[in-house]
Amino acid sequence: MSTDPVPPLIRIRGLSKGYRRGGQVIPVLLDLDMDVATGEFVALMGPSGSGKSTLLNLIAGIDKPSAGTIEIGGVDIAELSEGELADWRAANVGFVFQFYNLLPVLSAQDNVALPLLLTSLSSRERAERARVVLRLVGLSDRADHMPNELSGGQQQRVAIARALVSDPLLIVADEPTGDLDRVTGEEILGLLERLVVEMGKTIVMVTHDPKAAAHARRLVHLEKGVLVDEVGA
Amino acid sequence: MFLLRLLLKNAFRHQLRTGLTLIGLVVAICAFGLLRTIVDAWYAGVEASSSTRLVTRSSISLTFQLPLNYAQRIRAVEGVRAISWANWFGGVYITERNFFPQFAIDPASYLALYPEYVIADADRLAFLRDRQGAVVGRGLASKFGWQVGDPIPLRGTIYPGTWTFTLRAIYDGADAKTDENQMFVHWAFINESLRQTARQRADAVGVYIVGIDEPNNAALISQRIDTLFANSLAETLSETEKAFQLSFVSMSEAILVAIQAVSLIIIVIIMAVMANTMTMTARERLAEYATLKALGFPPGFVVGLLYGESLLIAGLGGVLGVAATLPLSAAFAQATGTLFPVFQLSALTMGLQLLAAAIVGLVAAAWPAWRMSRIDIVDGLRHVA
Repeated sequence: MSTDPVPPLIRIRGLSKGYRRGGQVIPVLLDLDMDVATGEFVALMGPSGSGKSTLLNLIAGIDKPSAGTIEIGGVDIAELSEGELADWRAANVGFVFQFYNLLPVLSAQDNVALPLLLTSLSSRERAERARVVLRLVGLSDRADHMPNELSGGQQQRVAIARALVSDPLLIVADEPTGDLDRVTGEEILGLLERLVVEMGKTIVMVTHDPKAAAHARRLVHLEKGVLVDEVGA
Repeated sequence: MFLLRLLLKNAFRHQLRTGLTLIGLVVAICAFGLLRTIVDAWYAGVEASSSTRLVTRSSISLTFQLPLNYAQRIRAVEGVRAISWANWFGGVYITERNFFPQFAIDPASYLALYPEYVIADADRLAFLRDRQGAVVGRGLASKFGWQVGDPIPLRGTIYPGTWTFTLRAIYDGADAKTDENQMFVHWAFINESLRQTARQRADAVGVYIVGIDEPNNAALISQRIDTLFANSLAETLSETEKAFQLSFVSMSEAILVAIQAVSLIIIVIIMAVMANTMTMTARERLAEYATLKALGFPPGFVVGLLYGESLLIAGLGGVLGVAATLPLSAAFAQATGTLFPVFQLSALTMGLQLLAAAIVGLVAAAWPAWRMSRIDIVDGLRHVA
């Protein structure tokens, strides 16, 4: 009896990306291949300009490659139109940004419930689900607080709750601890680890910080648009 | 509900900026409404005119009078059902600043042609019986505090001397368009005096008011009347009451066009101010809109947020502007006295004010909404960093 190998959640082949600047194409990623399995926590590292954020944006479906394929959950997102890509992101990707990117006029709970506006859930169901996720990140007592009434670490927890609320396949995190002190950063990384371990989420995180990257199960180093090193694959 | 809350919170995120924009909107909408009401007031006589009344005057000029004996001949014209006449009296009440229109009329026939002047039967009878009597509109009586029985002295300018009339009746307008700032006295009383003091001016009429049976025949009846007096010493010019009133308005047409242009320019200016507000708003929230798009919200959602916010501010400005115009127009009417016979903010003007506010809201959001719908998510997210 034979079993088929489990296909990776993310399958990148021949990925290239270049930006046009004054008639010249500046290459950022060059013919990159990479797989990420379901439930992996991958840290993308590299010096500035190495292409790690570009790779994250491409995986998240907020940028389009110049060449190559990016299959996520069996869907080649490079082939999707803008509208299809938006729908795909809403259903499959959770975002965690360095500066949290919460809407300042909405409470923590409303910020978390925001992505659920794109679903058919009723307002009561949206609120209930947001409360559950806020409890999960340890902020149930801050649900009615506005972002400016929360600390940086609390705001990032709200952002993580927002990323989780629609139960996506993949969470992308761009320097999630870049704006936090060491202790708070550790708490956030611990929370991300819990999402992988306890909920089986797949996380791709960009970081400059080797200590932050150490929380990931796998480190991917980029330099000048190519993968130069992988640890823990 | 969630979206409305979001729009409201966004609209008042920068309270000072939104407040200043709202003040600008209120002032502009208010000014627009007031200027339109001034134009409407100018046309009030035209609006109040009846399609079943013709005005026959001297074809040379309104200052030339017609013989009284034309009345019987006009009455005999086919299609004419009634006739009356009036002279401009032009008296001064205490001082020139108290200007109001005064007409010497043939009371019974004139009031029969103007059912819009509503007078109590007893007062009407009292006016008809007293040749020195006068009837004034409710607005005029209120302005000068006149009551029935009060003497009203007028210094004549066209008819020399001091004329003292006794107020016998106060009329109310049948509707808001009716001018309640006029005074009517007996033509016969003036004429009697002229027969004694200036015989050559007696038995003359400023205008004939001709009641017709069928408005559609107005042109034909006018032609019949004018043909009747063609090649006479006092040729006539007959026209509908509306055309007659419009001939007065057309004298000030350039001013009216200027007022209307200014009212539109004000709206264009506030449109630019509002567009600037919305553009600044959009630029500041570039990262937020990029985040929303990253989360999967379509460009239409961002466009909807901007349009919604712009329309909310403009709508609020419009409603406050209309609300402010009501007392302001009343104060304006008070301040200008009898200059405008009817000065009332109409439902149409209020509607136009709200429409102008809505257009301001829509136009102001157009450019930022178009730009934000096209923002590149990666560039937008980088903006925050």
